[in-house]
Amino acid sequence: MAKLIAECRVVSARHLNTEYFVITLTSDRLITNVRAGQFVQVRVDGSRDTFLRRPLSVYDLDRDKNQIRLLIRIAGEGTRTLSELSEDDSLNIITPLGKSFTLPPEGSRSLLVGGGVGVAPLYLLGKELKEADRDFSFLLGYRSSDQIIEEESFASLAPLHLTTDDGSSGIRGVVTSHPVILSGDFTHIYTCGPDLMMRRVASLAYASGIECEVSLENLMACGIGICLCCVEPTIDGNLNSCTEGPVFNIKRLKWQI
Amino acid sequence: MADLKVNIGGMVCKNPVMTASGTCGFGPELEDFIDISRLGAIVVKGTTLENREGNPYPRMAETPSGMLNAVGLQNRGIDYFISNTYPVVSRYDTNVVININGGTIDDYVSLAARCNDLEMIPAIELNISCPNVKMGGMAFGTHLPTAREVIKKVREVYKRTLIVKLSPNVTSITDFARVSEEEGADAISLINTLLGMAIDLKTRRPSLSTITGGLSGPAIKPVALRMVWQAAGAVKIPVIGMGGIMNTRDALEFLLAGATAVQVGTAIFIEPDAPVKIVEGISQYLDDNGIDDVNQFIGALNISGK
Repeated sequence: MAKLIAECRVVSARHLNTEYFVITLTSDRLITNVRAGQFVQVRVDGSRDTFLRRPLSVYDLDRDKNQIRLLIRIAGEGTRTLSELSEDDSLNIITPLGKSFTLPPEGSRSLLVGGGVGVAPLYLLGKELKEADRDFSFLLGYRSSDQIIEEESFASLAPLHLTTDDGSSGIRGVVTSHPVILSGDFTHIYTCGPDLMMRRVASLAYASGIECEVSLENLMACGIGICLCCVEPTIDGNLNSCTEGPVFNIKRLKWQI
Repeated sequence: MADLKVNIGGMVCKNPVMTASGTCGFGPELEDFIDISRLGAIVVKGTTLENREGNPYPRMAETPSGMLNAVGLQNRGIDYFISNTYPVVSRYDTNVVININGGTIDDYVSLAARCNDLEMIPAIELNISCPNVKMGGMAFGTHLPTAREVIKKVREVYKRTLIVKLSPNVTSITDFARVSEEEGADAISLINTLLGMAIDLKTRRPSLSTITGGLSGPAIKPVALRMVWQAAGAVKIPVIGMGGIMNTRDALEFLLAGATAVQVGTAIFIEPDAPVKIVEGISQYLDDNGIDDVNQFIGALNISGK
């Protein structure tokens, strides 16, 4: 799939809470040729302290309207500048980037484990799994109930299990202590979220031999495989997480202790 | 249409715009965005004798108007290049330059000798300025007698265009420019990255695994421009200017300062089509200003102020 630089128009920008917002983009160029787990590199204009593009997972898309949605957490100057975008503003992106999740075979049962902004690529994956008629459920962890992202949308695709750090919604604690993951009653795990969370999820998968793909968030500069900054050590040496990932099967990673 | 052709020590380029080593992979990575053949040259990723995994992650830190990197010359080695990459890049209708790096003078000489056999490679860029490797690299480029020795030895074995890539991390850039010329370099390119550092206040740790790294981007452009101007005034061989070139205007400034060609580097990380846009922009500028040959513009800095 050829990568392209697309000048996009903001169709809508909606703040979910103080930390998260969702922007919907469209373009004269085809921007919906994206699979779950792939990302776009967004240029941040008008921020003195933001030099590089920001890599963002595609959260959702609408092929008929040639629209993609990005879920963004305000984490620093770059994302704060993006949070000020409003309808009809323009936004320059490079898309589609990286490797997508691998869809599981028929008869599989998948668990999609996300934390915080890491739920973004899992929503699109959920849509793909539903379209492919695969059995799956979500296990998503947040700090507290007011951080939960579009709960109804996730729940409309599959059973949704929640954890919060403070117990204000779902089960109190972290995703790796939730009964659903401890039951081990599934064949595939897909996970995206904080590094520590993914490592804990991966260690459960390693221990039980469950197929597991993780979506890494290594710091990137270019996003197109030329700067060699976002490397992840793998059994095949240092690989660019922007082109060989961001989705990796944990069998390729050196995460097992 | 203005004539954009320039001659870099025997290597004729259709225009004065190249990609900088380490910022364009080996070419194929950019093919979705640009037609490589529209460039004056591409300088492919730094190559060493053996496979190198580079430095541990994290290797990059964004800084005001720039970035630090500490990649550490991750590459598959010259044998892999010759059997896998060379056949691919040989097909490009532009000059492909190999950037070579060694830990010892013998490494550089062996690499240069291997490159001498690659007929489709018209030039090598002798990198004596990488700030991110423990051995060699910048150590060669910041010590004048060592720089002289490595250039001399490589010159003895390499027959085509020899470009020496200089480090800005020196007291007198003109000394290194002159030594390059004296030892038979056909051109010099500068500047490599400036040694820098960033700290993560949250963790109180250095942002890079190597603590220090190479600064690039617009933050270094004024330093680069000054050094290119000084070097161009010190030697007769062509100077290839680089350092923070983001757009046509930046490139034109380097040409005025005396650079016969420019390399676009970090800009590609943000705008992968920047090099081609700069080719178009230079052509347009020359046409708009009634200049029919880019060589008339090169070094035409108006010092007297008239």
